[in-house]
Amino acid sequence: MRVGLLVLLLVGACGGASSAGDGVPQVRVGSKKFTESVILGEAAAQLARSTGARVTHRRELGGTAVLWEALRRGELDVYPEYTGTLRQELLSGRHLPDDAALRAALAESGLRMSEPLGFNNTYALGMKEAEAERLGIRRISDLRAHPSLRLGFSNEFMDRADGWPALRDSYRLPQRDVRGLDHDLAYRGMESGSLQLTDLYSTDAEIEAYGLRVLEDDLRHFPAYDAVLLYRDDLEARAPEALAAMLRLEGRVSEEDMVKLNARARLERVSEGRVASGFLATALGVASEVRGDGLAARVWKRTREHLFLVGVSLLAAMALAVPLGVLAARRPRLGRGVLGLTGVIQTVPSLALLVVMIPLLGIGSRPAIAALFLYSLLPIVRNTAAGLAGIPPEVRESAEALGLPALARLWRIELPMAAPSILAGIQTAAVINVGTATLGALVGAGGYGQPILTGIRLDDVRLILEGAVPAAALALLASGLFDAVERVVVPRGLRLGTVARSTR
Amino acid sequence: MYELQDVSKCYGAKQALHPLSLSLPTGRTTVLLGPSGCGKSTLLRLLNGLLPCDTGRVLFDGKPLPTGGDALLAVRHRVGYALQGGGLFPHLTGEENVTLMASHLRWSTAKTRERLEALVELTRFPTDALARYPSQLSGGQRQRVALMRALMLDPDVLLLDEPLGALDPLVRHELQGDLRAIFARLRKTVVLVTHDLAEAGFLGDRILLMREGRVVQQGRLADLEARPADDFVTRFIQAQRPLPGGGLGGAA
Repeated sequence: MRVGLLVLLLVGACGGASSAGDGVPQVRVGSKKFTESVILGEAAAQLARSTGARVTHRRELGGTAVLWEALRRGELDVYPEYTGTLRQELLSGRHLPDDAALRAALAESGLRMSEPLGFNNTYALGMKEAEAERLGIRRISDLRAHPSLRLGFSNEFMDRADGWPALRDSYRLPQRDVRGLDHDLAYRGMESGSLQLTDLYSTDAEIEAYGLRVLEDDLRHFPAYDAVLLYRDDLEARAPEALAAMLRLEGRVSEEDMVKLNARARLERVSEGRVASGFLATALGVASEVRGDGLAARVWKRTREHLFLVGVSLLAAMALAVPLGVLAARRPRLGRGVLGLTGVIQTVPSLALLVVMIPLLGIGSRPAIAALFLYSLLPIVRNTAAGLAGIPPEVRESAEALGLPALARLWRIELPMAAPSILAGIQTAAVINVGTATLGALVGAGGYGQPILTGIRLDDVRLILEGAVPAAALALLASGLFDAVERVVVPRGLRLGTVARSTR
Repeated sequence: MYELQDVSKCYGAKQALHPLSLSLPTGRTTVLLGPSGCGKSTLLRLLNGLLPCDTGRVLFDGKPLPTGGDALLAVRHRVGYALQGGGLFPHLTGEENVTLMASHLRWSTAKTRERLEALVELTRFPTDALARYPSQLSGGQRQRVALMRALMLDPDVLLLDEPLGALDPLVRHELQGDLRAIFARLRKTVVLVTHDLAEAGFLGDRILLMREGRVVQQGRLADLEARPADDFVTRFIQAQRPLPGGGLGGAA
């Protein structure tokens, strides 16, 4: 119990959140998990910060739905969005012929949209220049003549209403070999020849870098994706100066600018903060300061975030799963139900579970902790039930015949005897938890997943390792910690017993 | 001490115990004897409520045995129980096994130690072995710990289910002698289950020979041998004859 208290204190210390109450306006900026969005988010954040506002930037959140929900719930104030995404995806049920109609629809949700920032980042299809030349493909309609092409599209493009399904229908494309994969992996697939065609954004830095030909959208299938800032309407009252500063981006970012900025970040490996800062200095004459933490400071910050996610979720899971395990052992029929349910939770993909949590819990550490908590239940429940079921009947009967009340039997006999099994369950849950918590970065929970996410996006192995190595070390550490705890918690008589039995 | 009235017990379709009425006199040792599956262990478990009876009732000290709650716990504090192999708690030392109930009932340290010393002396248990865990004790020592645990609260009744079942012959012989001395000294109501005729005759004042859920005959060993109630009794006695060639037989 003392151990539990210690962990609780540690976790509390790690998760101590700062709160503002001193009248300084607060602005929370979000960005999607692709470079352009992070750069625009950085630019907006730096502009807001230049007015003296306290600004946080939640970078690289996992998908449009995450940001949209967070903005509507008031957990973000502003994030860069595209008019096409708003029309086709977020408000796809509505008929919105022009920007005025779009603004009206947004106003119903308490949201506003800036004027276009100046560039149209629409979907496009691209092939290697040489390959396209060889096959004689210039326009998307030329693809009809090549049904065996290997296509690889970003998962978002595969699924969204204006993506692949609509494109295939409007051009009547015959290709069947179509894979969904991460957008950043698609370029590497093109390079290695395992893919011949992928979706692009028209401001992608890679178009030039990889020597790609952008196919002409001859049927004008793809709608306009003008970049805008999407913000809550209460921001004007809360932080008028910051908002005005951010809106200076309107009409100032051309397509050409954006390709260059993307290229600096993606190909020259300049941090998005510096890229944005450089752009603000030259285009708007705004000097902004970019803070960069050292490696040790970054790792320490993420370690705290990661420990917070793992610690809170694991403690909560222990508090529920051990009693559930006892219940499962006492009432076998109910137990099967409990084990079945926790087993089903285990099969839900982590990303899906995280996204499902967002409407309930918002973004940040809460949905991540909730998901990790759910994942931790099964190993602990199962091992608790198995540990209790493994107690020999004559021992169980002896305890009952002594006249010990049920609760005392549980406390003095059954739980100590099941302790090795229960601890093993908690250990399993902890190790799985440390690994799964890296996905928390997708919903803005931070942790070791953040550099992994950035590293995948930038194809930067060093960054991936900056998250993956500490995560692996933490998993080993957690496992070792539980081995040590076992020596303290498991009664000596049980450990002797296993030795005696195995040497006999 | 016990009065059984038309008590019976089924496991599913199997009648483990046919309706049975009998009384177990205070201060005497009754042995339930019979082959495996005859219902003797079932009968023993009805006496401390580990099993509820299907029909009839068990009177303990003149009152019906409670079916649950604190009343049943109170009865169990007055009925010591030890079974084959000891059923010791592997995570507790010998001493902790013996004093578990005392510490649960918040006895004073002095009272607990005094009682423990008396039991160690009674069961001739080596004091230095008290700190050992069950896995470090011999079979005979485990059985002595189980006996001390059953006697810790100084119960009125002692129920023993094949207490010497898994021991080698020498240890078994020694413990039989010790048990008889203990029974004689304590004068408690003892109910002991065994399938060993010689052990039954050596330890019991009265023997209940059972077969397929019924009591076939009851009385002293001499009665069973002299006037077997039926062919089964004769065969049971013959099956446990001493060694061929006129061996010593007796208690071992």
